[in-house]
Amino acid sequence: MQLKINPSEVKDIVEFIKNYDKRKIKIMEVCGTHTMSIAKSGIKTILPENIKLISGPGCPVCVTAINRIDEILTLSQNPKVLIATFGDMLKVPGSRQGFNLATLKSMGAKVEVVYSAMDAISIAENNPDFEVVFLGIGFETTAPGTAVAIKEAKERNIKNFSVFSMHKFVEPALRALLDSKEIEIDAFICPGHVSTILGIKGFRFLADDYKKPSVISGFEPEDILTAIYKIIMQFEKNIAIIENEYMRIVTLEGNEFAQRIMEDVFEPVDDIWRGIGIIPKSGMGIKDTYCDFDTVKRFDIKLDFKDKLTICKCGDIIKGKIEPKECSLFAKLCSPENPIGPCMVSSEGACAAYYKYLRF
Amino acid sequence: MCLAVPLKVIEIDGNDAVAELDGIKMKIRVDFVKDIKIGDYVYVHAGFAINKLDEKLAKENLELFREVANAAKNKSK
Repeated sequence: MQLKINPSEVKDIVEFIKNYDKRKIKIMEVCGTHTMSIAKSGIKTILPENIKLISGPGCPVCVTAINRIDEILTLSQNPKVLIATFGDMLKVPGSRQGFNLATLKSMGAKVEVVYSAMDAISIAENNPDFEVVFLGIGFETTAPGTAVAIKEAKERNIKNFSVFSMHKFVEPALRALLDSKEIEIDAFICPGHVSTILGIKGFRFLADDYKKPSVISGFEPEDILTAIYKIIMQFEKNIAIIENEYMRIVTLEGNEFAQRIMEDVFEPVDDIWRGIGIIPKSGMGIKDTYCDFDTVKRFDIKLDFKDKLTICKCGDIIKGKIEPKECSLFAKLCSPENPIGPCMVSSEGACAAYYKYLRF
Repeated sequence: MCLAVPLKVIEIDGNDAVAELDGIKMKIRVDFVKDIKIGDYVYVHAGFAINKLDEKLAKENLELFREVANAAKNKSK
């Protein structure tokens, strides 16, 4: 399959956006992968002053509350427990500075990095003497995979496998941000791969309930430029609709197989988000049918929902309230080598993106 | 973390499959994509194919981009 884009066409869109000066538009890109692509491609540097892109709460590691990190670090001290996790979680610090999964591993905790929830099942099968705990992190794109792993563990009667579900729904967080009116957002670039699962209908609420022009976008710079152009056009036409730029994989209804498996295993529960606090029905709790595979129940963890003070400003960055440069720790005390907060740890956190591409 | 990459399916065995990109092969699961066949491209996220890349839709996507580029050019004049 050879589909090529002509560079001069990209230039035409860039020129239009660069010269657009009719109104101020603040666009939130929800997804962390978009944040990274925007920083890497240099799109931020060609925007006119009146168009601003702000990063949203779409980096799953970043929005995980420090309470959960502390609980994970405590759990990793149980000599029977082997933590299986996506690599992004390794260096997220807990309340005690200097302690994260990576440092605890160097002190003897059992921690394995996996690429897929299915890898965690294999680890459980190969380590029958350990309790394998998979850290379920991610939004609707990732949660269906965890759901398959839980179903499979049940079918195959794997007794030493459980999931610490910190999976989250995107919609309640966006509603919470918009309802709080804490920050002004005029339009949205919607996450392309969450939309692949949920379909266009999953983001209709932005236009229907909040009258915000919104475009579902792919992750290539050309996709994002097209999305920005389409958002500008909606303002020009004075309309607010949901449009799909990522038509090569996003459909109206989304992936119904994935939706069904996710609904079969998870149910909405109140959850705590870094910087935002408790958002009702925003977390994915494991249903009673699969309670044997719920880490929280298996280890009787008393989940803490209290607000904990953190020294960095990740919380405000997640909400799009400030830019990384406005945090006094940024690129001084906090860097990818020595991250203070998750926005600098995660490869797609706003601080990591700024540090790598937009620091100067 | 919502990164997904298009890979070419080269083996299928029930819900298990092998996909590749430039000679790099990996095991994936295809629970969420039905009717795939060898040679199809799928978007893979965290070891799971989340959807098939439809060639016809990919062409339409490119068309959309062309239209936008064209309109932007005319508006810039």
